Amino acid sequence: MIVAEQKPLDEILSALGASERVLLVGCHGCVTVCAAGGEKETEQLARLLRVAGKTQGKKISVETVTIERQCDPEFIEPIAAQAHEHQAVLSLACGAGVQLMAERLGSIAVLPALNTLFLGVAEEKGTWVERCQACGDCKLHLTGGICPVTRCAKSLMNGPCGGSSAGHCELDPELACGWQLIIDRLEALGQLDQYEKILEPADWSRARHGGLRKVNREDLK
Amino acid sequence: MKAGSNLEKVLAAGHFAVTAECGPPRGADPEQVRKKTPFLKGFIDACNVTDNQTSVVRMSSLAGSMILAENGIEPLMQMVTRDRNRIALQSDVLGASALGVRNLLCLSGDHQTFGDDPEAKNVHDIDSIQLLDLVRMMRDEGKFPSGKELKGAPKLFLGCAVNPFADPYDIRVPRLALKVAAGADFVQTQCIYNIDKFERYMADLRQRGLHEKVAVLAGVTPLKSAGMAKFMKRNVAGMDIPDEVIKRISSVGKKEQPQLGIDMCIELIERLKGVEGVRGVHVMAIEWEEKVEEIVSKAGLLPRP
Repeated sequence: MIVAEQKPLDEILSALGASERVLLVGCHGCVTVCAAGGEKETEQLARLLRVAGKTQGKKISVETVTIERQCDPEFIEPIAAQAHEHQAVLSLACGAGVQLMAERLGSIAVLPALNTLFLGVAEEKGTWVERCQACGDCKLHLTGGICPVTRCAKSLMNGPCGGSSAGHCELDPELACGWQLIIDRLEALGQLDQYEKILEPADWSRARHGGLRKVNREDLK
Repeated sequence: MKAGSNLEKVLAAGHFAVTAECGPPRGADPEQVRKKTPFLKGFIDACNVTDNQTSVVRMSSLAGSMILAENGIEPLMQMVTRDRNRIALQSDVLGASALGVRNLLCLSGDHQTFGDDPEAKNVHDIDSIQLLDLVRMMRDEGKFPSGKELKGAPKLFLGCAVNPFADPYDIRVPRLALKVAAGADFVQTQCIYNIDKFERYMADLRQRGLHEKVAVLAGVTPLKSAGMAKFMKRNVAGMDIPDEVIKRISSVGKKEQPQLGIDMCIELIERLKGVEGVRGVHVMAIEWEEKVEEIVSKAGLLPRP
């Protein structure tokens, strides 16, 4: 999922500026799962903004709505009229959701309430960890299901470097060496021979370096 | 001859090679490089010029290499993949060869968070193994990796670095095999203090026949003090300094420790000379270049061929 976290309240208030009628829009997608921008978090933030408005002597009127997904126009359309009754929309979606809302709602300011962090997994309750950088050229079948681009601090395709020590990365004794993980997994899979093949330079044009990425599926049109 | 460097000739003639290291200055003053040259000229076969080591900004390795060459020392230019993408790396490889550099060491480079600019982006478009392969292809096939013809192939004797003491141990020899397959002609090792573990590494390396494919230059760094040994053991990942080494350097007073460090380094070189497959030493006397002559001389390695 996309993992995000809420911005500091001061930053949100500063972005809202003089807006007094604000619509907070939550998202039932990834940010609900990582407890950053679901219905619950949207209501919580609304309460905080009302209290902050009072202490600052402002009359902030806050309404809330949480939609299925902010990254899909079909769910944005139904709240367009409601949004235009306000001076600003504060979106609790990821950066993709904020942008599609801004694009679709046109003449009203859409502001982000979250910082979008990474594509990750829930490691345990309350802990999310990065696993994928969406490089567009997946090599997981060659690396025992562990991503060298994400898990190695240098994104080495042929690691580990000399800084691997007792399973840890030299950057941080708490951080696992991604390549140690890969080697351990390859060994467990009986695929250590895979390590003896040089991985070619990656095609980074399939990552963000190639410009805006797009998927066009004629079969779905 | 692949490149015709002095280092390549010394190794091809079967001599025990000696390389040293020179870090360019943190400024634009060429005198800082020149003043180190009398301590090295005539005592070594080639001198590594580091490429922003530990991610601290320094004069470029190419400029440092040229200043050494002007002063009669063959440069061994280091190149890391941290700061340049494949376009800049290829371009600098061509430029270095055009200016007469004949030895190149391909590295990934220390992570930028260790230096003064931890906010910097690390490039790592390609890694050190892929860089070896890229330069080997340009040199031997006269082609760019894109397949286009080169007008004049670069002449570079290619090296890599290995750390036999990093984890996991089991892939350390296979990892060198990858670097040799990619194009490494010689390898310089991390500094050796645990000679027993290094001898095990060399035995494993010989078992795969790698000693016949790549010239191993064993890395040594003289200890200046017991404090330095303890600091390196504690703070440098993959640095293996056995307790008995620390005990020995600590056994004399602080004033005598530098000389004992030099003597221990000479003893180590004597032992390394007897290890099958070790074709030379890489003396990394960090900010202590004035001791290189004494070490090389007392280790019986002068005069140089």
